[in-house]
Amino acid sequence: MASVGADARYAIELKGISKAFGPVQANKDIHIAVPKGTIHGIIGENGAGKSTLMSILYGFYRADSGEIFINGKPTAIPDSQSAIRAGIGMVFQHFKLVQNFTVLENVVLGAEEGALLAGSLSKARRVLTDLSREYELDVDPDAVIEDLSVGHQQRVEILKALYRQADILILDEPTGVLTPAEADHLFRILKGLRDQGKTVILITHKLREIMETTDNVSVMRRGTMVGTVKTSESSPEELAELMVGRKVLLEVEKAPATPGAVVLKVDDLRVRDEHGVERLKGVSFEIRAGEILGIAGVAGNGQSELLEALGGIAAATGRITLNGAELPLSGAGADGRSRRKAGIAHVPEDRQALGLIMDFAAWENVAFGYHDAPEYQKNALFMDNDALRADTERKMATFDVRPPIPTLAAKNFSGGNQQKIVVAREIERNPDLLLIGQPTRGVDIGAIEFIHKQIVALRDQGKAILLVSVELDEIRSLSDRVAVMFDGRIMGLRDPETTDERELGLLMAGIAEGSKGEAA
Amino acid sequence: MERLPRWADVALVPLVSLLLAAVIAALVILAIGQDPWEAITVMVQGSIMDSYGWGYTLYYATSFIFTGLAVTVAFHASLFNIGGEGQAQLGGLGVALCCLFLPWPHWTLALIGATCAAALFGAAWAAIPAYLQARRGSHIVITTIMFNYIAAALLIFLLVDVLRPAGQMDPATANFPEATRLPTLNELPVFNLFFTSNVPANVTLLIALGMAVVVWLLLWRTRLGYAIRAFGKSEAAARYAGISPFTIIMVAMLISGGLAGMMAINNVMGEAERLLQNSASGAGFIGIAVALMGRNHPVGVVLAALLFGFLFQGGAELGLWTKIPIEMRTVVQGLVILFTGALDVMVRMLLTRIFNLFRAGRMAKGAA
Repeated sequence: MASVGADARYAIELKGISKAFGPVQANKDIHIAVPKGTIHGIIGENGAGKSTLMSILYGFYRADSGEIFINGKPTAIPDSQSAIRAGIGMVFQHFKLVQNFTVLENVVLGAEEGALLAGSLSKARRVLTDLSREYELDVDPDAVIEDLSVGHQQRVEILKALYRQADILILDEPTGVLTPAEADHLFRILKGLRDQGKTVILITHKLREIMETTDNVSVMRRGTMVGTVKTSESSPEELAELMVGRKVLLEVEKAPATPGAVVLKVDDLRVRDEHGVERLKGVSFEIRAGEILGIAGVAGNGQSELLEALGGIAAATGRITLNGAELPLSGAGADGRSRRKAGIAHVPEDRQALGLIMDFAAWENVAFGYHDAPEYQKNALFMDNDALRADTERKMATFDVRPPIPTLAAKNFSGGNQQKIVVAREIERNPDLLLIGQPTRGVDIGAIEFIHKQIVALRDQGKAILLVSVELDEIRSLSDRVAVMFDGRIMGLRDPETTDERELGLLMAGIAEGSKGEAA
Repeated sequence: MERLPRWADVALVPLVSLLLAAVIAALVILAIGQDPWEAITVMVQGSIMDSYGWGYTLYYATSFIFTGLAVTVAFHASLFNIGGEGQAQLGGLGVALCCLFLPWPHWTLALIGATCAAALFGAAWAAIPAYLQARRGSHIVITTIMFNYIAAALLIFLLVDVLRPAGQMDPATANFPEATRLPTLNELPVFNLFFTSNVPANVTLLIALGMAVVVWLLLWRTRLGYAIRAFGKSEAAARYAGISPFTIIMVAMLISGGLAGMMAINNVMGEAERLLQNSASGAGFIGIAVALMGRNHPVGVVLAALLFGFLFQGGAELGLWTKIPIEMRTVVQGLVILFTGALDVMVRMLLTRIFNLFRAGRMAKGAA
């Protein structure tokens, strides 16, 4: 147990916080002290216990043991109302805004004073104007939420917290949905808040953000706090090692590409969604053998539709050829099975909804999409489940899937190991073209390194790879060419060696600058 | 919270649920001023204490196995086939046409022919709702319910106006020819050692058990079964894997309808030996409860079908030998369905808590 007395220099001090869900110890004896007026980062892999800890702080869960001190005073936080009263504001990953209310109405919601709304609204308008000026939080108070960009919506969430007089602001993975420019703006806002004496807790898995923004950083691993360091005295490598518990290679090691013949040629590809809205508005590109084409862009700009059209899931118009042979885009032959036969493997963006049957055992998932492959058949009637289980065991060993139990249901594996099962299944088919979407979303650092290596190895075998990711770092380090998508179109093709984040960020926001640095 | 050990999940949960259902049923019987002990004695005596009782219990169970399997196959494709009743009646039509209008030399051949006809007619009746679901998105629950009514109306029309022999008063077909008569269990070797008197349970029981094995093999050993189960878990994922939703909906419903239709060889060919109005007499609906209780697994379906066979026969005995009205059988069935189906989670949570208490106690003892 730590010292009994608490220090008023700390905005938040947690002492010996433990929380178990059944046999799973989500938080084990956590001690953390966040000095007032600092930005404090909390990093850790998925399932390290970051969210549990913040949920305890915000009153969603009650700790099994331990104490919480706010500004040096012992504080019980049984619900989120108490957290707000204690001056804690939370900005969630998924915003909690009423879509058809104005900014002003959203800010006031739940903090109205008196029976009549007019008084609260005019007071809020005054406060909002002051706050906006003070912290660069410029948002039109009368704009309706659904008309605002994601970055602006996030600012409304911050304004909501500040309006409730939050001194301590917790942000949970705030940049996942932002363009690089929006993220930079957010960090400027956070630094402004800190300089005005507010305390900010930033939960993220992106080391770069931690290094750029925070004053101190606490690292969590498997429910325990492995250490708190001054950011300026640390390095990304050190933090990664703390997170994973071993040395991690952050940079992807790859030789320059040696592109061969054109494998995939896409001409004027268009996809409409079920409401008849065009989501993919005429996309053309080609990928050569031994080359990784990265598709960058903020989520929801047509990347998913591109993958689905190429993978035979969504009907499309236009023209695609694989090794010179045209593939149908709708009707017969435009399905996942035909695409696999043609030599296209597909690691979908959402492995839990598409790539795996979560209730199926790992060995059943290894056959998913390939269940009619001849090596999995015992005879004309029956599948060879023994062969399938043996194949799964082998794949689990090669791809280091843990735990290596073929009979375990997919839902019982961690995100990273689920992804390894999907990647193993698709890569081991030796496809001519690999479609891979968000390869490392929700995957821990150790597994990211492994999956990246596999992708590069496949490229070096002379395969064509289409990589879709919202993680710009991932796109830049893996791709041989980068295409940026915005609003269903490709805004430009760039060479990752010569372009920079600013240029890509502008393209992601839909701003094209002539044809500078065209790499196509 | 830790989960239950597998044996408790599979065996203990349904047993406790049954026990609870029995307790409530006993209270209901008390409430109407009768003796629950007498009731249970009569039910057990009349259904499983002698070969006569077993003959009826197994006869009912045979029908329930078919309809339970029908619901099971559709369920694995996440299709809720409530049309077993109508499909079984159409199966009966298939059996009747096959037996009446084709000259069968021997019952074995007649059985093969009638089985195919029953399956074909049942499948055809399921095909229309299946097509509407697969192509038009009309919900299978609604359409299969409606097709039950259409089936009943169609059969009344056929039995009254088309198939009824001239001069016969009741809406039914003529009796099937002697060559199509199926042997009952007391006429089969080995079985006749146990069944000494004439019973309705017939050779169809063996076909039902065979179909349970076939369904198990289909679902867990074939590509088609794999595709059906994958589609049932996630349509989006199935699409990703290149499994055609249209094909799976059609095939799963055809198999389901076929299984429901095959029930008719038990009651129409094996027992009534002519087609009567309302031939399925509710077995199609009981199939839903049987599948629910049997956890959509063929082994569970067979066991649940036996239980419902017991309830059916025992309930009939109640009406015969006690002052308890035969409708009590519906109450008991309802309670069994309620507890094993709807309140299954409640019992499981309760048992999980008890198990965890024991575990904690053991751990505390170990630590001390």
